[in-house]
Amino acid sequence: MKKILSAILGVTIVGMVFYFAQYIGSHNMGVFNPKGVLAIEERNLIVTAICLMLVVVIPVFIMLFSFVWRYRAGNTKAKYMPDWQNNKVLEIIWWGIPAVIITILATITWTSSHTLDPYKPLESNVKPITIEVVALDWKWLFIYPELNIATVNLVEFPVGTPVNFKITADAPMNSFWIPQLAGQIYAMPGMDTKLHVMANEAGEYAGMSSNYSGFGFNGMKFIAKATSQEEFNSWVEQVRLSPVALSQNEYNALSKQSKDNSVAFYSSPDRDLYDNIIMKFMMPASEHRLMAGQAVSEIAMPEMTGM
Amino acid sequence: MLGNLTLAALPQDHIVLGASIFMGICAVGIIGAITYFKKWKWLWTEWLTSVDHKKIGIMYVILAFVMIVRGFADAVMMKAQQVFSVGTSYGYLPPEHYDQIFTGHAVVMIFFVAMPLLFGLINLVLPLQIGSRDVAYPFLNSLTLWLTVAGAALVNVSLAIGEFAAVGWLAYPPLSGILFSPGVGVDYYIWALQLSGAASLIGGINFFATIIMMRCKGMTFMRMPVFVWTVFGSMALVIVTFPIFTAAISLLALDRLMGMHFFTADFGGNAMMYINLIWAWGHPEVYILVLPAFGIFSEVVSMFSKKKLFGYTTMIWAVIAITFLSFVVWAHHFFTMGAGADVNAFFGIMTMIIAVPTGVKVFNWLFTMFRGRITFASPMLWLIGFIFTFTIGGMTGVLLAVPGADFQLHNSLFLIAHFHNTIIGGVVFGYFAGLIYWFPKIFGFKLSESFGKATFWAWIIGFFVTFIPVYILGLQGMTRRLSHIDAGTGWEPLLIISAIGVLIIAVGVVLLILQFVMGVIQRKNNMDTTGDAWGEGRTLEWSTSSPPPFYNFAVIPTVHGRHAFWDMKYGNAVKETPHYEDIHMPRNTGIGFYIGGIAFLMCFGIVWHIWWLAGAGILGIIIAAIVRSFDYHTEYTVSAAQVATIEGARTNK
Repeated sequence: MKKILSAILGVTIVGMVFYFAQYIGSHNMGVFNPKGVLAIEERNLIVTAICLMLVVVIPVFIMLFSFVWRYRAGNTKAKYMPDWQNNKVLEIIWWGIPAVIITILATITWTSSHTLDPYKPLESNVKPITIEVVALDWKWLFIYPELNIATVNLVEFPVGTPVNFKITADAPMNSFWIPQLAGQIYAMPGMDTKLHVMANEAGEYAGMSSNYSGFGFNGMKFIAKATSQEEFNSWVEQVRLSPVALSQNEYNALSKQSKDNSVAFYSSPDRDLYDNIIMKFMMPASEHRLMAGQAVSEIAMPEMTGM
Repeated sequence: MLGNLTLAALPQDHIVLGASIFMGICAVGIIGAITYFKKWKWLWTEWLTSVDHKKIGIMYVILAFVMIVRGFADAVMMKAQQVFSVGTSYGYLPPEHYDQIFTGHAVVMIFFVAMPLLFGLINLVLPLQIGSRDVAYPFLNSLTLWLTVAGAALVNVSLAIGEFAAVGWLAYPPLSGILFSPGVGVDYYIWALQLSGAASLIGGINFFATIIMMRCKGMTFMRMPVFVWTVFGSMALVIVTFPIFTAAISLLALDRLMGMHFFTADFGGNAMMYINLIWAWGHPEVYILVLPAFGIFSEVVSMFSKKKLFGYTTMIWAVIAITFLSFVVWAHHFFTMGAGADVNAFFGIMTMIIAVPTGVKVFNWLFTMFRGRITFASPMLWLIGFIFTFTIGGMTGVLLAVPGADFQLHNSLFLIAHFHNTIIGGVVFGYFAGLIYWFPKIFGFKLSESFGKATFWAWIIGFFVTFIPVYILGLQGMTRRLSHIDAGTGWEPLLIISAIGVLIIAVGVVLLILQFVMGVIQRKNNMDTTGDAWGEGRTLEWSTSSPPPFYNFAVIPTVHGRHAFWDMKYGNAVKETPHYEDIHMPRNTGIGFYIGGIAFLMCFGIVWHIWWLAGAGILGIIIAAIVRSFDYHTEYTVSAAQVATIEGARTNK
């Protein structure tokens, strides 16, 4: 009985290992298949950290299984020291080695936290484009203030061009994440967060909210499409032809709750729309819905710096 | 008259209706059985009004086992939904229902399974380990139990009357605010957790005081068993952090009930403040749970390696270090909030420093096994499984503590796999080991070892089959709390494997129950007549009989070293004839039970805006407290002669 069970266990483990290896080889591994500047460095950081930790973890596993086997009660040949309970040298070693590894990891953490800071603009000779992102219930609105267009659930930008995302929400908190391009940052009502992204390869990448925001959360997804500059230019022209202009009124209709929205294009978004969306939370509630926005541009924008 | 409560609050769809009817049948069945066997009086005098820490501990464990069935049913429903809800198929649960289930699963598992098991185990063992007859405040001990039960009852009532929160287990505003969650779900969440939180705080104070004040003669701090030390750290964390939790959800309640603006998006409210507060409690909470599990394993490893625990002093310093460090790591739960590189790096580094004392503990356990004589009783299997599983969980935890990496892993299923890795691999394995290990002490017989070992294998295999796919899915970019996925993602096979893993764990849950059932059936073969059930006891709980008399120790022991009972067994101390003295014991009281019941009604009244009920409840609790404070007969005396008779009868048995 015991032998049959351990045979089944062995076969299962080997089968699972092979299956997972095959699965990982044949699927898009997201975080481990980065196509953006930040995502590549974040992947490298993850790999480095894992390797460093394995320096301690592998010996622990080896010791665990060898000690358990060697000092089993049945093995009377093994040395038995029931009163051995202290050894200064050994204890210094295992305070020391993890401390050294954590010190190395802490140094890496300090530097990488600064180099990979999502607020830090990316270095590039190409002129960056700005895209304003608004998380709504339950869709993503993208406003291109310099290009005078807006889209829903699709964001397109040229390869090799830094994209400065400015992110807020007119809904509960969401998190803006394109795994293959860059790590995530929260989208919060009344707040303005930032993310800097640059794609190295053309392609369509899955984007999503990773922070639960209510019953339409399943549909809180978008496509991030990186294309050549020419393709991007013609796409912009095409969007500009959209008959629907994103006025404040049009936005008020759009911001109402709706699930599983398809992609939509808007021309000439209201110039102050993004600022208005943030600033309306600074106003008394009665003025919220009606606010037209002319007064707001005179008020200084709060920067989201501390917590 | 009934506030917002109308017939519309009753279950509308067949799944909820079925669950409610099942709960109703169980309740009627239990009440019927008690009536049929005429056990009401026995139940009341022996259990419901008891202030005996051993009985309170048993009731805590029963509560945890009832709730683990509920929490696990939630897990099975979620996994089933994820398997069936792909592409054009939307499964059997709409988001409105699914989202209540993932919130309920977490709330039940943390507050009404893990916390009751924690307090249950502490109650069962800690007074025995420090050579005490009871806890510092026996009445408060009964009160904490019944407040916890009231909270659990409120969560279960939400299933049948109204709805539960659908906001995730920490109820981040503004989603949990009245604007986005107008229903009663979040109110049920808040008031159930107010009860549980108050109970935990009172319990924390009680055991902290117990450890400081009730240790027997000679038991200095550096002679306390490691389990006592870990509970000491854990209770210190409870005392410091649970008030933060209570305050945070109280402010949220004010936002919802009185239209205030602490955490709303407008009027100067700040939801980020809530997230900081809730994690200032939430992170220490995981150490509150896992530290005592470390303590249990320290006892287990020494017992089944037939060897003294290696590095007691470093073990204690590691506990103290973890206790302090766990206060300064909370912001690692929201590196993605945009706090800036300096803040993120600080909290990241603080978090990974915790890995050092934790690693030291692992090495100490390993070197306790080194040159030992290891017998593979089921608690020892849980220990070995724990070291393997928890090390992996610790590794992914350190990974999440690096902000740059966390940006890519946060809120994904990788995070979900990580914390199940530490909570199942650490807390659940630890508490199961503790229950099996100390079961013979409390009941006088051991549990079924063959079912115990089978339980272990089902759980550990099921765990890895469930959560390795979840790790991989997280790296692929699947986020938590999804009830539907697109067919194009190709995630379906892994979700199916993960669901199979849950079925294996389900077998483990059945085996766990069978382990207890078979243990009771076969108890004649597994009696513990010596009190030293596993034969190698070193600490005081093994020095008294199994089960202990209601006063634990006829004569309070005097301790001369760390291995108090070992010295009694093998030391050269002269065994004197015991000299009995009068024993003062706390008298049973129903006030704790009454306050629990009134608190339940009060919170139910607040949830549904039945203000007369809420008001009457507050008044009732105050009156009950006053009545209790005028009760001058809270103790009774067992005379020395009676003790001698009881002891005589026990030793002759």
